[in-house]
Amino acid sequence: MSLNTNNIDPSKLHRLDRYLIWKGFLQLVPLSFFVIAFGIAFGLAAKQTGLSSTESMAMSTLVFAGASQFASLELWGPKVSLITILITVFAINARHLLMGATLYPWLQHLSPTKRYGVMLLASDANWAMSLQAFTQGKPGFGILFGGGISLWLFWIFGTWVGLYFGNLIHDPKQFGLDMVMGCFLLAMVVGGEKNIRMFVIWIVAASASLLAFWFLPENSHVIVGAIAGGAVGLFWMNHKEGEKSHD
Amino acid sequence: MIETTGLGALLVIGLMFLVTLSTRLGGVFVMSYIPISYRVKQFIQAMSGSVLVAILAPMAVTGDNGARLALLSTAVVMLLVKKPLPAITVGIATAALYRMF
Repeated sequence: MSLNTNNIDPSKLHRLDRYLIWKGFLQLVPLSFFVIAFGIAFGLAAKQTGLSSTESMAMSTLVFAGASQFASLELWGPKVSLITILITVFAINARHLLMGATLYPWLQHLSPTKRYGVMLLASDANWAMSLQAFTQGKPGFGILFGGGISLWLFWIFGTWVGLYFGNLIHDPKQFGLDMVMGCFLLAMVVGGEKNIRMFVIWIVAASASLLAFWFLPENSHVIVGAIAGGAVGLFWMNHKEGEKSHD
Repeated sequence: MIETTGLGALLVIGLMFLVTLSTRLGGVFVMSYIPISYRVKQFIQAMSGSVLVAILAPMAVTGDNGARLALLSTAVVMLLVKKPLPAITVGIATAALYRMF
């Protein structure tokens, strides 16, 4: 957090070593505690839906994407429509495509193995924090990967607790725990760049997202809003001095 | 339709894993074929904030007043303190307090 980290050679921002991964892990631990609560809620819901413990744990370990896991429970039964579940999971998780794309300016400097490796545990929180680190001129892949490990382990642990002690947190909403991710993501937005251009981009993204939420197929709003906001950025370019010389 | 007894459920979960994995890796894969020009950078930079806003907008509009107050107080604390953890904590506490009464 000290000021001199801002003066790192920009070409070194993509570096990734054990120390950075460990630091990233620790940085996401406080938020991961809240993730336990979600995991508990998921474990309990999965049990009530009729998934076995093995199946519930396998889902949290492999899929590691809360919103889509909850949605799949809604579609679960003695018989499930595979296509419906997979399309739903894809639509909810399609935002990961955008995350990979937004990190690409830094990912491109990594070897292909590392490039795809650090994305394995990408999710909302660690992506947002790593992107914020990069835009502040700090290395971000430790946060993406180490933070991902932290979120992943606590998610799996929470699921396990939910399966066996699910009644501990019967109604996460009552404690405001349903707002953890929302508040976190909003803090990331507010903590980011603020100017008239960004403000217009946010308004367009929010409006497009809401229109898609109401009038387009379910779960399309994130993609629609993000691309609409991106398009504004494309036409209203940020002309910073010195930036153009890179092209 | 697929039966979720026995291995059927694990098959569904396995395929869910592959679909999710393809979203995590797919964006990176596609970008490796797109030259990163200044224009592309501007698009990406605008899109990254927009992803978050697009997730949040329906949450704020369709949520209860507890959810709205949580988001509002998070934004205010974040503007004042500029640290995410206190902002989130205040947000959650606000929702919990509002729903208590």
